[in-house]
Amino acid sequence: MTIAAESATRPAAARHPAPPSAARIAWARASLELRLYVRARQAMIFSFFYPIIMLVIFGSIDMGGDVAGGVTYVQYFTAGIAATGIILNTFQQLGIRIANERDAGELARLQALGTPPVAYLAGKAAQVLVTTTSQLALLVVVARYAFDVPFPPDAAHWLTFVWVMVLGTLAGTALGFAVSLLPKSAKNADTIIVPIALVLQFFSGVFFVFSDLPGWMQSIAAVFPLKWLTQGMRSVFLPDSAASAEVAGSWEHGRTALILAAWIVIGIVICARRFRWRRSS
Amino acid sequence: MPAIEISALRKTYDRRVVVADLDLAIEAGECFALLGPNGAGKTTTVEILEGFRSRDSGDVRVLGHDPAKPDRRWRARIGVVAQTTGAALDISVAEAVRHFAAYHASPRPGDELIEAVGLTDKASTRIADLSGGQRRRLDVALGVQGRPELLFLDEPTTGLDPQGRRQLWELIDALRADGTTILLTTHYLDEAAKLSDRVGVIAHGRLLAVAPTGEFGGDLRDGATVRWRAGGLVHEVATRTPTAVVRDLLAETATGEIDDLEIRRPTLEDIYLELIAAADGDAPGAPETSRTSAGSGGSPGAQPPPVAELPHQPRVTTGSGS
Repeated sequence: MTIAAESATRPAAARHPAPPSAARIAWARASLELRLYVRARQAMIFSFFYPIIMLVIFGSIDMGGDVAGGVTYVQYFTAGIAATGIILNTFQQLGIRIANERDAGELARLQALGTPPVAYLAGKAAQVLVTTTSQLALLVVVARYAFDVPFPPDAAHWLTFVWVMVLGTLAGTALGFAVSLLPKSAKNADTIIVPIALVLQFFSGVFFVFSDLPGWMQSIAAVFPLKWLTQGMRSVFLPDSAASAEVAGSWEHGRTALILAAWIVIGIVICARRFRWRRSS
Repeated sequence: MPAIEISALRKTYDRRVVVADLDLAIEAGECFALLGPNGAGKTTTVEILEGFRSRDSGDVRVLGHDPAKPDRRWRARIGVVAQTTGAALDISVAEAVRHFAAYHASPRPGDELIEAVGLTDKASTRIADLSGGQRRRLDVALGVQGRPELLFLDEPTTGLDPQGRRQLWELIDALRADGTTILLTTHYLDEAAKLSDRVGVIAHGRLLAVAPTGEFGGDLRDGATVRWRAGGLVHEVATRTPTAVVRDLLAETATGEIDDLEIRRPTLEDIYLELIAAADGDAPGAPETSRTSAGSGGSPGAQPPPVAELPHQPRVTTGSGS
């Protein structure tokens, strides 16, 4: 190749070493994000411990016997609240946090430093993967020893647990990025994002048994990822015999994967087209 | 090659002209201070140069590169200290410096950098617990961490106490000595006078004047005010020949003291205010018509005459005291 010609036309580029790779910056960001997450107490309580607190509350209340098919309510709820934890950690927490960082000028600083957007996104995704994994691990242990919810019985169930969690986390992350673009300023971020996440919890079979919900609620929920996440988690925590009690009569793993993947793609497309470092003026 | 070349730069928002046919060249190694009231087009111009804003027309080169097409290599050569940066992060100064080192090919050593902005004893303090001035100094540290060739400083000392300002000035002086090109925007004219090689004044999106800092103001600079008190009245004479005024005054006052006698040369601030007032008078909201009187190339000599040309006529201004 014509290195000589290139350095003649771009002397400045030749004199200056290339900036660090996006991967190196992403790595630095992931460790920063984790440190910030641990230090932000409010976030810790409202997203990290929320599912566990809810499990303790709902697991301690007698909700009127078992769900169909020999499944205890707390077992059903464990699956739902595990799915909720993923969405809160990603969609809600991330969406609000990114809107805040944009508002405060933190993102403008990153832009001025030439940060590749993908490095910023990867740092966030890594943070939520780590925090969600630890959160779910803690949840599974509390559910097992405090409420007798059995561990996933075999490798196949654990594998389902992992892919549902990873796909759900990535979908939630991509949507968190996308939703952070909605509020005009960070002040509105909570009021836009929190109600969406809250309503979805009621519609998606977290607090109530999904197959008992009215049809219109089921239809709305079926568009969004949380419903598919709860269903995927039920396939992990409930006996296989409970699949027949689902609306479709099966766990619908294929469809779950497809819909979560579709949300990942939608989120990424919105970010790629619309992502901005600065407040819209 | 100049570090920054701007010709006929133009930017409008909703048909309101924010930057109007601006021409300017800033040489490599120079420290250029851009002054102007709020809303004059300063920040818009700087953000176009930084590659954060698009322009409507005109040609712009920053380090030989069109800032409308920013890439990482180009960004790596530029440092930006914006007016608002950063949330109240739950990390310490040292952690922030260590983190942001990862963004640069050859970052300045962290300890040196923290020392240079005078934050050594705050190194382990969380950013959230720093004062506004200390945060500002951290902003500057992070702006120069990557050893930029060109540094944009947007009101770097706003909110600093006098000691903090001096410290930052020393740092900026050291960067200049290193050969860093600096574009400084500021409201503090003493800061511009202290730090910059050249000064430009912008108002209504147009450069009113550009000159070496020591010569800034041209004819305006030659004016002086002689002031004294006599018989309970303050006398003030605006003149180009203050020595002659004082000589006459001495001749009239054969004995005794002349109360509160002073000769005052216009400061950068006086000249600045004069220019802005003239521009506002010429073109309130209609910059197109101000061209002929202001001259975008910056010929301050073409300005209306200074305060007054009354040769020696004492002008009694106020009744008591000053």
